[in-house]
Amino acid sequence: MIELPFALALSAVIFVIGMVGVFIRRNAIVVFMCIELMLNAVNLAFVALARQLNTLDGQVFVFFVMTVAAAEVAVGLAIIVALFRNRETLNIDEFNLMKW
Amino acid sequence: MINYVWLVPFFPLCGVIVNGLVGVRFPRRIVGPIACAAIGLSFLLSCGIMIQLIGLPVEERSVERIVFTWLQSGSLKVNAGFLVDPLSVVMMVVVSGVSFLIHIYSIGYMWDNEYGAPGYRRFFVYLNLFVMFMLILVSANNFLMMFIGWEGVGLCSYLLIGFEHLRKAATNAGNKAFIVNRVGDFGFLLAMMLIFAVFGSLDFSTVFTEAPHKLAVGAAIPTVITLLLFVGATGKSAQIPLYVWLPDAMEGPTPVSALIHAATMVTAGVYMVSRASTLFLMAPISMEVVAVIGAATAVFAASIGLVQNDIKRVLAYSTISQLGYMFLACGVGAFAAGIFHLMTHAFFKACLFLCAGSVMHAMSGELDMRKMGGLKDHLPATYWTYLVSTLAIAGIFPFSGFFSKDEILWETLTSSHGSAILWAVGAIGALMTAFYMFRSVYMTFYGEERFHHHNIHPHHEIPVMTRILVVLAVLATFGGLVGLPIIEGGNKIGEFLHPVVSGHGLPAVEEGKHFPHSMEFLFMLISLAVAGCGIYVAYRMYRVDPQLPERAAGRFPGLYRMLYTKYKVDEAYNVLFVNPLKGLSNFFWRVFDTVIIDRLGVEGSAFLVRGFGAVLRHIQTGYVQNYALSIVLGVVIILGIYFLNH
Repeated sequence: MIELPFALALSAVIFVIGMVGVFIRRNAIVVFMCIELMLNAVNLAFVALARQLNTLDGQVFVFFVMTVAAAEVAVGLAIIVALFRNRETLNIDEFNLMKW
Repeated sequence: MINYVWLVPFFPLCGVIVNGLVGVRFPRRIVGPIACAAIGLSFLLSCGIMIQLIGLPVEERSVERIVFTWLQSGSLKVNAGFLVDPLSVVMMVVVSGVSFLIHIYSIGYMWDNEYGAPGYRRFFVYLNLFVMFMLILVSANNFLMMFIGWEGVGLCSYLLIGFEHLRKAATNAGNKAFIVNRVGDFGFLLAMMLIFAVFGSLDFSTVFTEAPHKLAVGAAIPTVITLLLFVGATGKSAQIPLYVWLPDAMEGPTPVSALIHAATMVTAGVYMVSRASTLFLMAPISMEVVAVIGAATAVFAASIGLVQNDIKRVLAYSTISQLGYMFLACGVGAFAAGIFHLMTHAFFKACLFLCAGSVMHAMSGELDMRKMGGLKDHLPATYWTYLVSTLAIAGIFPFSGFFSKDEILWETLTSSHGSAILWAVGAIGALMTAFYMFRSVYMTFYGEERFHHHNIHPHHEIPVMTRILVVLAVLATFGGLVGLPIIEGGNKIGEFLHPVVSGHGLPAVEEGKHFPHSMEFLFMLISLAVAGCGIYVAYRMYRVDPQLPERAAGRFPGLYRMLYTKYKVDEAYNVLFVNPLKGLSNFFWRVFDTVIIDRLGVEGSAFLVRGFGAVLRHIQTGYVQNYALSIVLGVVIILGIYFLNH
């Protein structure tokens, strides 16, 4: 059996990797993948705790999170396609019209 | 009919509403009659009420009719109430009657005014409004309602003086009148507050019946109240020191001068003092002040009138002077004599002003008597009515002014509050009055025609105007017969007013020496002689030897200049009050408003906001990742605080 602390630690590490990726990477699609990473890390934490507490609540919640992630990706990719059509680039450093 | 006393001021209000709001497009020939009819109805009703009142026994001649409760706040309860008693009814009849005549006169006088039909309508609306407020003033049963009328007539005076609103002199005069009045009103307000503080009510009936019980004669409180009330009266009735607005008020149309500044508004102060006679009789110091100021004003104003060349100015100073006589009467306790003189003065002064209007109309607006002369044959009706009224004001038997002025002088001499000195001052004033009035008669109507013949042709007089002059002249002639001295029961008006003005419940004034009728008769002759002297001097100076005035002025240049420039009182007030206030206003505008509020406040706050913005805007980098970072930082901080606290 996998001990709870290890599973939660793994979840935290994956989450932090995803978060740092969101801050640092320049390609919009890569940023999206990092966001997915964060979501899946949270899924892992949910499942580990559900197993620990012997309930199904955590596992059901994972379904919700996955559904939301899927919908979000659909919308987000559509936005990225629109952005690319407008600007010919996906480098988010270029999208700074809201700068003062 | 007494039950309908509220209609007396209501009719003019209807006139205002119909002419002012409903009848915006009414032509001139409809506006005039409507306004006159409104006042006419008030006059008829007032007469009816007076007759009904006379029918009541003397003890019951004080009826109150309350229409509704106007305001009730804590312990202050003020009604919209009307008081019908001899004093208010005399005032109502005189005010509505003289107003009615002047309205008719104005139909003719204002027909060709510079502002056309709209101006004509505006004039009558304001005039009706004025009469309404004046009637409210004289028929009120409490101080606050009287004050409404008081303020209202001040407002209408401002509106009517500045009727020719595109003329700077007129609007300045209107401002001056209203502002100086306001100073007096401050005194009136303070008096009202004090009355409420002491008596808990502003109703006349409450205050005057409780005063003798609550306050001691000669105590501080009645003295202060009455002095403050008198300050209000000096403002409204143009006494020293607040008379300066009245000569300037001559900028208004002549009917306005006749109605407001001769017959009605300026008499409000006299009415108010008479109404509060109970309080005044309890404060001998105030009575002294009133009498002294009245006498001083009478002589002071007469002296200025001696040398003025503008006919309306002469009449204005004459009004101030005659008001001084009325206050002199009140100050020596002869309130009924003061009201009597108020009535006769209304008749002859209104007549004099309207005659001046007739002269001005004929002379195309010329006011300077030096440019008149010889108008006796051109304007006969005007001449005769002016002469009659002049005889009245000079106090010649048997015209009305003789009886009222003589009564005042006699009471001044013999009353326990009076003195021989005051009588002497009054007599000097009478001499001057006779002189300057006949001076105006001679300069205007006699002598060679000094107007430029090719410019001015005296037109004929307008019938609607001259008929009114005749009516007023008749009143000026016979109006004195209600106050005959010596003859038993001859002083009808004195007896009529006696219950109101003799102080309710005050300990009876110890009967002073009873003066024999022969002495009264002697002093009547002295008054006539004094007036006769004045007339004779005027005759010598302006009829027999026209060079005499110039020589006299040449002999006393300093005195002449002082009188001609009105003792420079206006200039003194300018230096003492007007310019400092202007300076203060300037300071508030330039320093306070422009620099502190505009620059420091408004522009300053904008500058601060911009400064902050210039610094804080650097947070907005436009990079989504920076924003994401700030979200994460926020979460970290919140979690940190959470974990630190647990």
